[in-house]
Amino acid sequence: MSTMMDKELENSATEVPDNRLSTAIGEYFAKVRGGDVGALPAVLGLLVLAAVFSSVRSETFPTAFNFGNLLNQGAGVIVIAMGLVFVLLLGEIDLSAGYTAGVCAAVLGIFVTNHGAPWYVGVLACLACGAFIGLLIGLLVARLGIPSFVVTLAFFLALQGVQLQLIGEGGQIALVDNTLLAVMNSNMPVGAGWALYVLVVIVYGVLTFRRMTKRRADGLHAERTSVWAFKMVAIVVLLGIVTYILSIERSVNPAVTSIRGVPIVVPVLLVLLVVTSVTLNRTSFGRHVYAVGGNAEAARRSGINVANIRLFCFVICSTLAAVAGIILMSRDNGVTPSTGGGQTLLYAVGAAVIGGTSLFGGKGRPIDAIIGGLVVAIIANGMALLNQPAGVVYFVTGLVLLVAASVDALSRRRAAASGR
Amino acid sequence: MTMTTPAPPAGPTSSDQPLLSLRGVTKSFGAVEVLREVDLDVRLGRVTALVGDNGAGKSTLIKGLAGIHSFDGGEYLFEGQKVHVTGPKQANAMGIEVVYQDLALCDNLDIVENMFLGREITSATFINDAEMERRANETLAGLSVRTVKSIRQKVASLSGGQRQTVAIARAVLWNSRLVILDEPTAALGVAQTEQVLKLVRRLADKGLAVILISHNMNDVLEVADDIAVLYLGRMAAQIDAKSVTHGQIVELITTGRLSSTPPPAAVALDETVESETSGEAQS
Repeated sequence: MSTMMDKELENSATEVPDNRLSTAIGEYFAKVRGGDVGALPAVLGLLVLAAVFSSVRSETFPTAFNFGNLLNQGAGVIVIAMGLVFVLLLGEIDLSAGYTAGVCAAVLGIFVTNHGAPWYVGVLACLACGAFIGLLIGLLVARLGIPSFVVTLAFFLALQGVQLQLIGEGGQIALVDNTLLAVMNSNMPVGAGWALYVLVVIVYGVLTFRRMTKRRADGLHAERTSVWAFKMVAIVVLLGIVTYILSIERSVNPAVTSIRGVPIVVPVLLVLLVVTSVTLNRTSFGRHVYAVGGNAEAARRSGINVANIRLFCFVICSTLAAVAGIILMSRDNGVTPSTGGGQTLLYAVGAAVIGGTSLFGGKGRPIDAIIGGLVVAIIANGMALLNQPAGVVYFVTGLVLLVAASVDALSRRRAAASGR
Repeated sequence: MTMTTPAPPAGPTSSDQPLLSLRGVTKSFGAVEVLREVDLDVRLGRVTALVGDNGAGKSTLIKGLAGIHSFDGGEYLFEGQKVHVTGPKQANAMGIEVVYQDLALCDNLDIVENMFLGREITSATFINDAEMERRANETLAGLSVRTVKSIRQKVASLSGGQRQTVAIARAVLWNSRLVILDEPTAALGVAQTEQVLKLVRRLADKGLAVILISHNMNDVLEVADDIAVLYLGRMAAQIDAKSVTHGQIVELITTGRLSSTPPPAAVALDETVESETSGEAQS
C-alpha cells in the first residue's frame, strides 16, 4: 500500500502530465460517484427542462424573444442568490434578503423619483441601506449569537413593514430615471455584444492558460491541457450560441421597435460574478469563509476572527440584495410593497441550492447562483407558457427545491462514505 | 518519598539551557487548585512526554504554555527570559504550536489550504497559492512524509494518521521551536501510530522541542527522552526516560511516588522485578 503511494507521489512530481481527455473524464466520473456532483444536477436539469418545454411549447418557448425574457426574469433572483451563497457557505441563512431588496429599492425610489437626486446618489443610498441592514443582521447573529434563522425571520417581517411604510399602502414609487431603467429594458448594440463575447473568451482563456503553464513550470499541480481545451471549447460554443440568439431580432413587430443585442443586465451579472468569485477564491477572506463553514472551531483556533467573517458575509449578502433591488425595480419600472416579496426569496435560496451550494455550509460558488437561477427562471417561464395556474407553479417550484436539497443531502452522505 | 518534590532532571542534558522552564507554576479555577507549584524543563532536540492520570492537570498545563489560560503564579521562562504569555497569538509568535487532540482541520479544504489556514501568504491582497503549495511541499518533504497521494486533496479524504501528519506539518511550518502534541495517537491504528511516532521523533531530531501528551506508556517509552509525570496537579517527577521502567511510570502516575526509590545505578537491578509486577498489574 505504502509503496504504491510512494510511487504515486514520485509520479506526480516527475511525470509528464497524462494529457488524455479520457483520463480526465474518468477522474471526473469518479469524483461525481464519490458525491462531489458540483453543478452537474443543475446543468442536467437545465437541459431536461429546456428540452421538455421546447417540445411541449415549440412555438413560444424556444424563441429568441423568450430567451431574452428568461434572462430578465432570472436576473433579480440570481443576484440575491449570489449574496445568499456567502451566507449559505457559513451554514447560515438569510430569509430577509427578498425584502431587503424591496426596502433598498424603495430608498432608491425616494431619493431619485421623490427628491430628484441623480441616479448614482440613489444607487449609493440604496447600497448603503443594504449594507446597513446586513450589518444589523450580522451583529445580532455574530455578536449576540441569535440563530440566523430567527434573526432573519424577524427581519423578513419587519422589513416588509418598513417597505410598506416607505411606499405607502397600495402605492408605488415609479422609476423615471432612464439610466436605471436601461439596466433591464435596453440591450447593448449587437457589435458591442460580440465584442464583450470576444473579450470574455480571450481574458478567460489567457488567464487560465497562463496559470496552468506557470504552475506546471513550477512543478505544482496543474490542470490538464486537454481539460483546459475542453473547457475553452465549451465556453466558446456556449457563450457564442447565447450571444448569437441574443443578437437575433426578437421584437414581435420590428418595424415599430427593434429588440436585439445582449441585455445590459448581462454585463452587470458578469461583473458581479467575477467580483464575488475572486473574493471567495483568491483572497484570505474568501478562504476563511470556507473554513468557518467547514469547521468553525478549527477556524477559531487558526486565529480567524469567526464573528467578523460572519458579520461581513451578512453585509455582503444584504448589499447584493440591494443590487437585486435595483434590478427588480428597473424591470418593474418602479417599486411596490410586493417588490422582493412573494416567492422571490425562496426562488433565490432554491437557485443557490439547485446550483450546488450546500445548505450545510462549506461548499458553494457564485456561479451556482447563476446556473440555479436559470433553472428556476426556466421553470417559472415554462410553466407560465403552459398556462398553468399559479398554484401548480408554486407546487412544482417547491418540488424542485426539495429535489435539490435532497441531492445536496445525498451527495453529502455519499461524500462522507467515500471520504471526499 | 524523595521523588514527591519536583526534582531537576539529572543527566548530561541538564547542563545546556532549557528552551522553556516553569518554576513553581500555580493555577486555580475558583476553589479548585489544578496546578500546584509545578516545575518543568523542555529542551530543544528532545521529546518530553507529559503523562498523568485524568484530571492530573495536563490540559491546564499545556493551555497555560500555549497562552489559552494564564498561570496564576510562578515563573514562565522561555529561552532563559521571563515571559508573560497573554494569548495564543503571542505563544505562536514565540514559536510555540499546539496540535490538539480533536484535530483543528477543515474537512472541506485541501492539505495546503489547511496548513496555511489563518496565515495565508498573499501578494497584493490576493492569495499566493503557488508559493503556499511549494512551501507545504518542502515542509512535508522535510518531515519525510510520503503517505499523502496529492497535496491538493481534501482533508476529508485522509486517514486518521494522515490527518495527524497534516496537523503536525502545519505546526512546524512556522519556524516553531516547541511543538505540543495532545494525544496524537489516541485514535490511530497500530501502523498509523508507528508512522506518527516516527514523525514525532523526526521533529526532535530536527532540533525542535516536543512535548508529547499520551496515555500510552509504550508510545512514551518508544519516543520520549524525558518523562514528566503530573499527579494531582503536582509534578511528581521529571526523569530521563532511559532510567525508568514501564512499571515505575505507572506507579508514578497512579500514586505520585515510587515505593522504593532506587539510586540511578540500581535501576537496572530493579528493572526485572518492576516489569514483572507491572506485567501482572496490567493483565
